[in-house]
Amino acid sequence: MAAYLIRRLWQMIPTLAGVVLLVFFLFKYFGGDPAEVLGGLNASADQIKAIRQTLGLDEPVWYQLWIFVKQIVTFDWGKSWATNEAVSNLFATRLPATLTVMIPILILDVVLALPIAMWVAYRRGSLTDRSLMVVTTVALSISFLVYVIVGQYVFGFQLGWFPVQGWSDSLWTNLAVYTPLPVLLAVMVGLAPQTRLYRSFFLDELGQDYVRTARAKGMTEGTVLYRHVLRNAMIPILTNIGLQLPGIFVGSFLIEVFFSIPGLGREVLLAVNRSDFPVIQAVTIYLALLTMVINLLTDLAYKLADPRVVLK
Amino acid sequence: MTPTVTAALGTAAALDNAQQQSEGVWHASWRRFKTDRVGFFSLWVVLFFIAMILLSAVGLVGKNWQDEVGVPNAPPTFMGPKPPQAVGVIEAPKGPNVDLSDIDPLAPRYKEWEERAKQFQTTETVKSETLPLGGDRLGRDVLSKTIKGTEISVFVGVMAALAATTIGVVLGAFGGFFGGKIGDLLEWVYNVFESIPNILLIFAFAAVVGRGVESVVIILALTGWTGMYRQVRAEFIKHSSREYVRSAEAIGASPLSRIFKHILPNVSHVVLVRMGLLVVGFIKAEVILSYLGLGVRVDQVSWGTMLAEAQSELLLGHWWQLAAATLFMAVFVTAFSLMADALRDALDPKLRGLE
Repeated sequence: MAAYLIRRLWQMIPTLAGVVLLVFFLFKYFGGDPAEVLGGLNASADQIKAIRQTLGLDEPVWYQLWIFVKQIVTFDWGKSWATNEAVSNLFATRLPATLTVMIPILILDVVLALPIAMWVAYRRGSLTDRSLMVVTTVALSISFLVYVIVGQYVFGFQLGWFPVQGWSDSLWTNLAVYTPLPVLLAVMVGLAPQTRLYRSFFLDELGQDYVRTARAKGMTEGTVLYRHVLRNAMIPILTNIGLQLPGIFVGSFLIEVFFSIPGLGREVLLAVNRSDFPVIQAVTIYLALLTMVINLLTDLAYKLADPRVVLK
Repeated sequence: MTPTVTAALGTAAALDNAQQQSEGVWHASWRRFKTDRVGFFSLWVVLFFIAMILLSAVGLVGKNWQDEVGVPNAPPTFMGPKPPQAVGVIEAPKGPNVDLSDIDPLAPRYKEWEERAKQFQTTETVKSETLPLGGDRLGRDVLSKTIKGTEISVFVGVMAALAATTIGVVLGAFGGFFGGKIGDLLEWVYNVFESIPNILLIFAFAAVVGRGVESVVIILALTGWTGMYRQVRAEFIKHSSREYVRSAEAIGASPLSRIFKHILPNVSHVVLVRMGLLVVGFIKAEVILSYLGLGVRVDQVSWGTMLAEAQSELLLGHWWQLAAATLFMAVFVTAFSLMADALRDALDPKLRGLE
């Protein structure tokens, strides 16, 4: 186990180095001159020169890369170009809002999609199954934007069940007042593709021999489905959840934009619009690192879910 | 030669003959595709859209989408405007007006001004009260706008899918066929791209590439090739040790000819199916990027920019632009997805009914 962990962590290094190189050269050679972005339109040649000197832009490329790596390792990205707020502070203040919205979405998605998928997979080919498949196909073809625009208008503006947008400083107020509508809409949209996916996992398992054996032994359908099929379908389900986990840290930026939630996703979008390179670079690199760690944890979870899995 | 052997040879020859006349893989797929009624109908819907897009691209329809042909926010109807109702109209006074010319200091110059005004031509533009699918906030025809928007959104989706497919197929083919150092290098690139959450990758590219249709195509292609690469690579690993490839090698076919002339046609159905999924994904991504202002330019229209405008219009009760963009997109994307599903079933019968 320890050997496995060490090897996996060791393997992360080249990938992480690749991410750093990709981000560095992407912004270095395609991103325009940072000094001009920072200096604005009216900057004099002297000012531009001064900015170039402070950012180390006059140094050779390998030295700039070294500065970049130092920033990553020390978590010291300096200040946002647009707002002069420290990038680390930006992370610390925006992440809680994102997590407040995204964690309920993820939990509800899994808790609702699994039973529905199990049920339609069990009754495969029935009218319910087929009509649900048609509904999800059509539901999937409509843009997420439309659901949010219409949902916000109907539930927030016309019916007035929820506030249209807003955010407060208290976690409980946020959870009780401001998150229900975004969570409801995101779950509504996420449910269709998740159900389809989980249904295909269950279908794969329902045709297996062990299901027939379990039934032949006289087990109830409930036991067959929840003790045997669910357990065996756990690996693809865990993979899927693991794939979604990194997303909850940057959040559904659309949700954050629509509902004025001061989260990380909205901040990244603002940074893109303002050419605020440090913010984008920092988020990209740390999220990549986080993704790799989550992938490793997912692989470890396989072992818990299925003792037959051998980690090597 | 004994009769039995001859007979056996005869059967073998007959078998051989039958095999030569057996239908090709594309024919067989087309035959299977035609039996799928939903898929076949979807194909017609998609063809209808493609015809509309071609007409719009050559400028036959939707060309004048920027003209303000109607009154602002003209309501949608095919029936034409309601007749004006005569309620509370003050009757215009009849008979000549009171003659004020003797005390009006400007009176002597009216004639002169009239003469001068005649030198300029003014044309009265009649703006229609209603339009078939309504008008937007400037009075532009929502129908032409939607057609033009369809052209751009679908164009972006298809071009980006083509570009991403090219990248994915070339890299996947080299990685899977050669393996070794090249394979490791490509796997490393793949891992780097996969480890960054997709939306962040798109944002990072959007921050440096800029705006416009071409930029969206480039961004989506450079961030969306990984799935295709993975699948093509797996297929090439599987195929490169098969007998037909090895016999091609034995008769002296170069690696490039083995990759593109021998293996690629045999995995093209996988590529085609995957590309269908990419088109749908990219169209949705373009809509969101354009909505966020990271997509097409201001003087262009796509489903995404229409939705962005529709958001504020909806608050005033003008729902038609939202409805038009949503309807066109839903019909096209549903038809395209169903067609791609049917295509997958037809090309690869082993997969039928899995999803």
